[in-house]
Amino acid sequence: MTKIKSLDDLRQKKQQLEQGMDIREKSDHPENLVQIKVAMATCGIASGARTVMNTLVEKMKKEKIAAVVTQTGCMGYCYAEPTVEVTKPGMDPVVFSYVDVKKAEEIVDKYILNNELLDGILPKNYQTI
Amino acid sequence: MYKMQLLVCSGTGCRASASATIVEKLNESLKAHQLTEEAQVVTTGCFGFCEKGPIVKVIPDNTFYTQVKPEDAEEIVTEHILKGRKVSRLLYEDPENKEHIIDSKHMGFYQKQMRIALRNCGVIDPENIDEYIVRDGYSALAQVVTDLTPEQAIDMVKQSGLRGRGGAGFPTGLKWEITSKFSSDQKYVVCNADEGDPGAFMDRSILEGDPNSIIEAMAICGYCIGATKGLVYIRAEYPLAIKRLEIAIGQAREYGLLGNNIFGSKFSFDMELRYGAGAFVCGEETALIASMEGKRGEPRVKPPFPAESGYMHKPTNVNNVETFANVPVIFLKGPEWYSAIGTEKSKGTKVFALAGKINNVGLIEVPMGITLREIIYEIGGGIKNGKNFKAVQTGGPSGGCLTEAHLDTPIDFDSLVAAGSMMGSGGMIVMDEDDCMVSIAKFYLEFIVEESCGKCTPCRIGNKRMLEILEKITQGKGSMEDLDHLRNLAYVIKDTSLCGLGQSSPNPVLSTLENFYDEYVAHVKDKRCFAKQCKAMAKYTINPDVCTGCTICARNCPVDAITGEKREPHFIHQEICTHCGVCYQKCKFNAINVE
Ligand SMILES: Cc1cc2nc3c(=O)[nH]c(=O)nc-3n(C[C@H](O)[C@H](O)[C@H](O)COP(=O)(O)O)c2cc1C
Ligand code: FES
Repeated sequence: MTKIKSLDDLRQKKQQLEQGMDIREKSDHPENLVQIKVAMATCGIASGARTVMNTLVEKMKKEKIAAVVTQTGCMGYCYAEPTVEVTKPGMDPVVFSYVDVKKAEEIVDKYILNNELLDGILPKNYQTI
Repeated sequence: MYKMQLLVCSGTGCRASASATIVEKLNESLKAHQLTEEAQVVTTGCFGFCEKGPIVKVIPDNTFYTQVKPEDAEEIVTEHILKGRKVSRLLYEDPENKEHIIDSKHMGFYQKQMRIALRNCGVIDPENIDEYIVRDGYSALAQVVTDLTPEQAIDMVKQSGLRGRGGAGFPTGLKWEITSKFSSDQKYVVCNADEGDPGAFMDRSILEGDPNSIIEAMAICGYCIGATKGLVYIRAEYPLAIKRLEIAIGQAREYGLLGNNIFGSKFSFDMELRYGAGAFVCGEETALIASMEGKRGEPRVKPPFPAESGYMHKPTNVNNVETFANVPVIFLKGPEWYSAIGTEKSKGTKVFALAGKINNVGLIEVPMGITLREIIYEIGGGIKNGKNFKAVQTGGPSGGCLTEAHLDTPIDFDSLVAAGSMMGSGGMIVMDEDDCMVSIAKFYLEFIVEESCGKCTPCRIGNKRMLEILEKITQGKGSMEDLDHLRNLAYVIKDTSLCGLGQSSPNPVLSTLENFYDEYVAHVKDKRCFAKQCKAMAKYTINPDVCTGCTICARNCPVDAITGEKREPHFIHQEICTHCGVCYQKCKFNAINVE
């Protein structure tokens, strides 16, 4: 192991290691972050939710947006899968339908970064506790 | 990059219920479903919710699974990780409305807590120093040794208002300052990890869950007082804590965070472990030092205090594990941040081991000044089985009981003393209507009589006499004079004992005498135990409406205390009855009542 000889060494070390711990730090206060939920039940997975989720994780990392990306069960919109729910801090959740890789990137570029809405928004028809 | 992490508790509690196998099974299952790229299993320290262990927490959605069995691993992976559906049968169930709670943010147990000393427990892998570094580990030490003089650093600890968590609540910064003022060729930093209070396990959990925080704090202390050597006195009964501490010390040495010229400064520091054999008195600092020197673990008269003459007659600073765990945070967040938490004279938080007749048994950390009501009803989820609250014992064998009248008192070092108890190391045992307070006092005294080192007479013999009186009372043979006698003895022992053990040992008796005098009187005068715990005082009577006069009780009574005509209701003569319970067992008609 290389020695840590100064405060700078320590800072560097910390930065190198940060990624692995990132999601634990974020989960501590999810309300201040963009929260993205990808519906990943059988219907979602069958229509490609897994690649969509991976795309979102990568894209958020690339854009350096602090976010928690989680998977949820079926949201009940099986006809419109894959669906993705995005909650920006202090805003109501928005559900996007028929999300593929391209649309996933659009969600980040347009809605998350610029607050523009896209086609295919589903009315949110339930309350979460 | 991982999308999800499964944090599996590997504290002592959860390991005892197979959490290591759960880790194995989870890994196997992730592999089988080709999810090893997406989800990672991490072993962490204690979550504090040991009663419902083993705990598995899924991140980032904070799902909190309780009482997980190895067989459940497959389902967690296929349902939750693969399909995103929480396994609801494993979720924590609210004790009141029986609803499953979706994540830890919604659990009453965590909502009122504020985790400073336990900040990394249940979050990081304690066997991996890197995870500690990511959570700002060792930055406080770096800042202290490169930017601050020892005086400046001591000032910050003083400003924070931190007081010792080992029991007495002595201001930590002041202790460091005093030790720093004595000059000597060698000084020592000692961490007291003896943790002898029955029921307390916060120090163990910190060492098991976040050993690096103790190493970092001890090094900071060393820099402040001018010591290059740290010693941890830990009981050999804590094998897991010892193992994790050894791993952490090894890793810190490899990184050069222990050793010579730390962070390129002139400061050098290293540390070692010393094992204790688990005697309560060895938690007392002078006995602890004697034990570390290889002598009998007996206390001595203070002064000189260890700050002047401690280990090997050198200036020694002794602090408790939890005290040290708070130290790095003071430098990271600033003393103002720290001193904004808590009450006027007690700053920061305190970890309590919540036990007894309460729904959520476990380890909690709360800001000083919280009320007992909040702890018991909000964090603890209320009294078990809907019974009535009776008392809370704090401070273990050196403390006392708080009653209903204290439920809304803000808890801190001073308010507990004012209420006749003390903070102690943070044991908190909740009692309900079925607990007999005389028996509770007797329980603690039995512990003291066992653990007294015997060096001074008041403690060795006085406590024994007190225990004999309590035994007499619980057997229904006590008198009112005994109560006066008990109180007198208690004050003499308090005033004349050599060390803190004897000086505080009468507290459980005095505080129950004060708060539950009626119960003592009932035992002594009416020979009755309200809680029906003292078997010798059970009163047997015959219900004349049910008794058929079969005579079986009278024929079996060994002391002929039962009389009556055939086919007529019988009668028990209380003055002869020895409460043996034979009649109760023999009666075929349930005609014998016990109260
Ligand atoms: C009988 C007795 C037992 C004690 N046991 C412990 C113990 O287990 N752990 C501990 O930290 N302090 C214990 N103490 C307190 C220590 O003597 C000492 O005050 C403490 O370690 C100082 O650390 P602090 O200032 O950080 O609280 C005990 C004291 C007495 C009188
Ligand atoms: S040991 Fe697992 S929660 Fe305490």
